[in-house]
Amino acid sequence: MVKLRVNGEERAYDGDPAMPLLWYLRDELALTGTKFGCGVAACGACTVHLNGEAVRACATSMGDVDGQAITTIEGLSPDGNHPVQKAWRAINVPQCGYCQAGQIMQAAALLQQTPQPSDEEIDAGMQGNICRCGTYQRIRAAIKAAARGAA
Amino acid sequence: MTDLRIEKPSRRLLLRGAAAGGFLLALRLPPARAVEDAPKPKFGADAMPHGVVNDPLVFVSIAPDGIVTIICHRAEMGQGVRTGMPMIIADELEADWSKVRIEQAPGDEIRYGNQDTDGSRSTRHFLQPMRECGAAARQMLEAAAAKRWGVPAEQVSAKNHQLVHAGSGRTLGYGEVAAEAAKLPVPKPETLKLKEAAAFRYIGKGELPIVDGFDITTGRAKYGQDTILPGMLFAVVARPPVFGGTVETLDDSAALKVPGVVKVVRLEGTPPPAKFSPLGGVAVIARNTWAAMQGREALKITWKDGPNAAYDSEAYRAAITETARKPANVLRKEGDLDGAMAKAAKRIEAEYYAPHLAHATMEPPAATVRIADGKVECWTSAQSPYSVRGELAERLKVPLEKVSVHIELLGGGFGRKSKCDYAIEAGLLSKAMDGKPVKVVWTREDDIQNGYYHTVQANKLEAGLDADGKAVAWMHRSVFPTILSIFAPDPKHGAGFEVGMGLYDTPFAIPNMRIENGAAEAHTRIGWFRSVINIPHIFAAHSFVGEMAHAAGRDPKDYLLELIGPARIVDLPIGKDSTEFWNYNEDPRKYPVDTGRLRRVVELAAEKAEWGRKLPPRHGLGIAAHRSFVTYVATVVEVAVDEQGNLSVPRVDVAIDCGFFVNPERVRSQVEGACVMGMSLATKSAITYKQGRVVQSNYTDYEVARIDDAPRDVRVHIVPAGLEVPPSGVGEPGLPVFAPALCNAIFAATGKRIRELPIGSQLKA
Repeated sequence: MVKLRVNGEERAYDGDPAMPLLWYLRDELALTGTKFGCGVAACGACTVHLNGEAVRACATSMGDVDGQAITTIEGLSPDGNHPVQKAWRAINVPQCGYCQAGQIMQAAALLQQTPQPSDEEIDAGMQGNICRCGTYQRIRAAIKAAARGAA
Repeated sequence: MTDLRIEKPSRRLLLRGAAAGGFLLALRLPPARAVEDAPKPKFGADAMPHGVVNDPLVFVSIAPDGIVTIICHRAEMGQGVRTGMPMIIADELEADWSKVRIEQAPGDEIRYGNQDTDGSRSTRHFLQPMRECGAAARQMLEAAAAKRWGVPAEQVSAKNHQLVHAGSGRTLGYGEVAAEAAKLPVPKPETLKLKEAAAFRYIGKGELPIVDGFDITTGRAKYGQDTILPGMLFAVVARPPVFGGTVETLDDSAALKVPGVVKVVRLEGTPPPAKFSPLGGVAVIARNTWAAMQGREALKITWKDGPNAAYDSEAYRAAITETARKPANVLRKEGDLDGAMAKAAKRIEAEYYAPHLAHATMEPPAATVRIADGKVECWTSAQSPYSVRGELAERLKVPLEKVSVHIELLGGGFGRKSKCDYAIEAGLLSKAMDGKPVKVVWTREDDIQNGYYHTVQANKLEAGLDADGKAVAWMHRSVFPTILSIFAPDPKHGAGFEVGMGLYDTPFAIPNMRIENGAAEAHTRIGWFRSVINIPHIFAAHSFVGEMAHAAGRDPKDYLLELIGPARIVDLPIGKDSTEFWNYNEDPRKYPVDTGRLRRVVELAAEKAEWGRKLPPRHGLGIAAHRSFVTYVATVVEVAVDEQGNLSVPRVDVAIDCGFFVNPERVRSQVEGACVMGMSLATKSAITYKQGRVVQSNYTDYEVARIDDAPRDVRVHIVPAGLEVPPSGVGEPGLPVFAPALCNAIFAATGKRIRELPIGSQLKA
């Protein structure tokens, strides 16, 4: 039996401990904000916070999250107004939007660690998150805006 | 479905024509009677299935509290259509945007008009009908208020969600008269008072946030992968690794032992031409996606690989390159090419190659189908909602009216989601499970290895220059497997709509010209990819323009302008045959090839990029320009190539003339994104085959641009235009020019000429 906290709620899971957290969130908890993009931790669409750190839910097994606290995009802020979310909207970052939950979770973790990231630090922090629509320059601008508290 | 309609092909009509069994024949040999009373050719929206609808009662509803609900009937895949289309209606309606809600239309073209969201057509075809919808609704509200007050309608005007009586200053909210207004006759189009452009409050401003911004940034937005229904089952499918392959033997005993696996189902493939049919294979149906994936891993399948088992990218490349060296079908001839070449002071030639590409939408394809009480319901992300509905009706043998298709947001489309094989799979699997809801999830590996692929292409170009370096002769020959191969048995040459993208339609003012297309066979599923065959054609043609400028010792931008020649309308014979000009199926009187507009974007991009400015060492500027989807784009790329051969793009300036535009904010975002996709295909992405199988499997080996290698600063310069300039495409035309502009910049920076995509490690030698 795996016990974990998801967005502040206690949860218990007794299925295959090898199942990635991604499918638990999506198929069992219906938290579909965390997206399936690649299944091999190569695109970042499934990024969630594990005890505050950005991890790929597709490469994190249920066995590994016993006793841990998970935050998904649905739990990033109570009203959707985390500074990163606000900056994303102010700059109209998304196109199709599918990767953006992962981008936002990654950016929020980056800013937590590095409140005023340089371009190089943004590159290093966001390099694992693919956006096929190509919103990267707006992602960069939104991270800087959130860092400035501008949004 | 008459044969005549096949003569105005859209991406979907091609399918229908092929389904009717007479596509190629009908295209070339219309029935004798049709020749006698040949109807006027139809263009644009009129030529699309179900055309346009401008009925406000279909698109607009107003609740008693004044909330206006506007239907968006086109699919949202990031291009901003759910913001743009309703914005047009809201503007003419004088609606307060904060009181507008958007509802996504199901697949129903009889009700909404054409829904094929492809070809960069939404604004092009629906600006006018959406304006008419909004204006008609506004006039109905005005008439209802006038009736209530007992005053002439002319004295009532709608302003920002209120109806105002000029004489008395009395006002009514939209919600207060909405019910009465809806009962009034819909005004005839000729009685509509459309706004002057100066009166627009949203159109042209680019000030509104995208309508799905909040849902996307909070994880609430729903995509095809996100459907959850009570009692739903999850499926993944093992598809033949080689196109056209079939299952020889299957042992599913281990798969059925995986906890959560419910059933294993064989899916039949369809012999070519298979259109949008599923590839067939073996589906594993389970209680969650993970169990289905584990079950698939445990299947023991031997495949019969079929006729494409030997497909090998290297061998194929050699073959089409060789074909491109020989005379081929002549599509267009101007002057005397051979004579001019013989007399030319200087002759140059070059060969270019560009590989297959996969769309690799961030959201892999997915669809859910439920069958209950004789009704089929589908939830999916599709660019072609009505095709999905028609295909499901046909495959599941139910009447069309018993099928409903709900369109979720698309996590990227790029042409992949115009092909609804995944939704058909979901339908067949729900049927196999007695109608229980089944969601088919494509994994990234499925997407990369079992998709539809952008064509692979070899190009040969030759030019003759006179003693002053002026171009006197131009020969462009391309060889590529055609998209027609999924619709018709074994076609060997490109269709009119393919050669009309960057090959046939060259606007250059060169007196002697020959445009040719060589034969090639398809060995995989060839399909539309954003910008389609403009990509390899323009990579080749505009890299070659750079080579010509170099041979002539001229500035590349000046030389490009000289090739384009004076401002004029290029008169080409319009038609669907590959020896005629397709013109994106638009009326040449409305959308002529206007070299003045092409010159203007070249000049604007060059000016904004400060063409000729002093650059740091190992930096270079490159330019390319092209008209595609009836829009004019010129791009200047600044590249930096370090001593190790690593390239980066610090800045891009793009000038786009897309006629009248609705939402410049989304025009900019589309062009920014096109440059990133251009960077991906120019530098990294390729699908290759060995023994019939796609070599790549995921983003690990099918690489796309990431934040650290994307262009740093894309500046988009939109040519202003009034309503008298018809709107043209935006989603696609920014893409084809990027790769040649980049390669021309690399030449300027390093002296190395790229003739093969992707660039990969070519600069590292």
